[in-house]
Amino acid sequence: MVVSLVCLTACDGDVDPKPGDPNFRGYIQQVRDDVTFEMIPIAGGSFRMGSPDTEPGRGADEGPQIEVEVDPFWIEKCEVTWAQFDVWNTDTTRPQSKQPDGVSRPTPAYMDMTFNMGRDGYPAICMSHAAARQYCKWLSEKTSRFYRLPTEAEWEYACRAGTDTAYACAGDPTAGLADAAWFDQNSARVLEPGAPAVPAYHPVGQKKPNAWGICDLQGNVAEWVADHYLADAYAAVHGAAPRKNPYFEPPRDELGRPVRFPHVVRGGSWRDAASALRAAARRSSEPAWNERDPQIPKSLWYLTEGQHVGFRVVRPFREPSPEERARFENLDLPVSPRIPR
Amino acid sequence: MTTTRRSFMRTTAAAATATGLTAALTAGRTPQGQGSDELKIGLIGCGGRGTGAISQALKTKGATRLVAIADMFVDRLEECVTNLAEDEALKGRIEVPKQRRFVGADAYQGVFASDCDVVVIATPPHFRPQHFEAAIAAKKNVFFEKPVAVDSPGVRRVLAAAEKAQQLGLVVCCGLQRHHSNGYLEIMKQIHGGALGRILFARCSWNQGGLWHKDRQPQWSDMEWQLRNWLYFTWLSGDHIVEQHVHNLDVVNWAMQAHPVKARGMGGRQVRTDPKFGHIFDHHAVQYLYESGAWCFSECRQIDGCANDVSEHVYGTHGEAHMDTGRWRITGENEWTWSGKNNDPYQTEHDDLFAAIRAGKPFNDGRMVAESTLTAIMGRMATYSGKEVTWDQALNSDEKWGPASYEFGPLPVDPVPMPGQKKPG
Repeated sequence: MVVSLVCLTACDGDVDPKPGDPNFRGYIQQVRDDVTFEMIPIAGGSFRMGSPDTEPGRGADEGPQIEVEVDPFWIEKCEVTWAQFDVWNTDTTRPQSKQPDGVSRPTPAYMDMTFNMGRDGYPAICMSHAAARQYCKWLSEKTSRFYRLPTEAEWEYACRAGTDTAYACAGDPTAGLADAAWFDQNSARVLEPGAPAVPAYHPVGQKKPNAWGICDLQGNVAEWVADHYLADAYAAVHGAAPRKNPYFEPPRDELGRPVRFPHVVRGGSWRDAASALRAAARRSSEPAWNERDPQIPKSLWYLTEGQHVGFRVVRPFREPSPEERARFENLDLPVSPRIPR
Repeated sequence: MTTTRRSFMRTTAAAATATGLTAALTAGRTPQGQGSDELKIGLIGCGGRGTGAISQALKTKGATRLVAIADMFVDRLEECVTNLAEDEALKGRIEVPKQRRFVGADAYQGVFASDCDVVVIATPPHFRPQHFEAAIAAKKNVFFEKPVAVDSPGVRRVLAAAEKAQQLGLVVCCGLQRHHSNGYLEIMKQIHGGALGRILFARCSWNQGGLWHKDRQPQWSDMEWQLRNWLYFTWLSGDHIVEQHVHNLDVVNWAMQAHPVKARGMGGRQVRTDPKFGHIFDHHAVQYLYESGAWCFSECRQIDGCANDVSEHVYGTHGEAHMDTGRWRITGENEWTWSGKNNDPYQTEHDDLFAAIRAGKPFNDGRMVAESTLTAIMGRMATYSGKEVTWDQALNSDEKWGPASYEFGPLPVDPVPMPGQKKPG
């Protein structure tokens, strides 16, 4: 396998927006008359990605730390909710297909994907990486703005929001984290009147936003990022010069086809321990997230055990070239024999 | 014929002893597969679930091999072979040359004539009684999907064949996978141990959106169109109260250690009315009465955009049990929360089946799944007719769903049942 690292560079002559630039303000994106979401502008900048090997709870895949620069972008203030996701899911102008082919919407779910944890106001979960990417593509077509999943670098940059501590803006895991995030120590709630509280996801945007005004990056649901998961991703690109807009694309198999899995989720979730919520913590998707689908072929849309997995969208400040867009939107990968995740 | 779950428990124990004796007295004539090294598997019904089940069967401990497959349609059969071939973990375990790929209405006979030890039956529910009977007649161990029939005559055939399987010492495992889920098994121990006190009532639901359907192709006859969209025809699926909700009704029976004695209910076809969805209802609500005096309130719905809920809840004098996907807990005097590791019950059911065959320690789900199926059928009889239906009525009904013969040609769709006008059956 060959690791491919692509740097998405700005065109010559582009200048980063100054603070207060009228073209770079937060805005509300309408998806349907009754469904909107908020986008927050994030100025470009540089940061140190990953964690030092002295950090408690650290995984080996978080190092070596690399210097990274990212271009300006907007990021969704909260995680994508069921209300947003369902606009796509029920868009009857789109065919339902077994394949995320860039055009279709998901086939009907054979079970309730909220797992009785609530729908109105709650984050969408249990979608495959391909489904999350296709949602972004649909949203882009619908709004004429380019939306996509954040890269790992953008996600961590937004999460750190200028900090360099293990838990970023949340501070100490024993103190600040509970105010900023839902995780296994505080996510229990009563789902059934009379029954004891059990760990579950929560409505988006209830916890304290981070220093840049973004909610739930840590905890609630773990979030898909665009990148392929490579345990040694940072080692492969480690060097003196800062990396600009790193994006880890799938390696190729022996036949030259892109390897389809796994992908990265970030931020930890309602069912994870605090250490999974660290700003640098990376998690690889697993076949077990699709275990409860008893069919073969398994659904390429849903992850029935992905009850901790959701996503949010970003929008680059500069409209990318069609080639750059294709790197995120290219969904017609060959069907892989491996289990979707 | 009146059956209760308690009498079934006694029968099982007695029969198991008798089987043990028989086996001891007739050494060398053990049922197929028991004690042998490699277990050969046959598949009837090559859809998504059949393919999934075969993969799980092949991945059980010990040597396994798929040796024969059958389906009504050649395209489904070939897709199955292709999909299995893509799984690296199954390499060397699939040996189905052309002469052991059987297509058509009688294709299943080819599988039973093969030397397989275990048969996986995953055709639409209508065909289950016939295939299960044939499997037992051929002395095969069986995994069959739920539900196991769509009407009362079908349930009676399954009960009789299950009895015969018991005498033969064959292993019969059904696709009610909750019986192989760690969480369900543990909470049932608590409930049966008296954690809830006397059970007063239960409620259960499978409320979700609509399921898949396949657009009619010009070359399809009525029969082919219905078979490929089997969910939407009562003669093929039993309606969704039988096809899907049977899981939840089965859990309540399991908790009660009994089947209900009476059902009343209502239902209809309110939203999913397009003829492409056949003639089944899109919602049912049934109240079941058990011999103990306990009630079960049951709901199932397949309508998009409504509140969803898939769960079972049991209420007793001393506490409540709450069961939904991945969560099991008891409140009240004997508080308890499942904190063990969740297993993959779809894999475990096959692990259990194959381990039982290898160990020569048969178990037989036949009566249990037949009773859970009949519970759902009794509910459907109540919602279709609007009348109260007793267990004995349901068990002894002569109402048979489906055409007299299976021929690719014209086949009118049954009318949408009208409560108050339709006979219970």
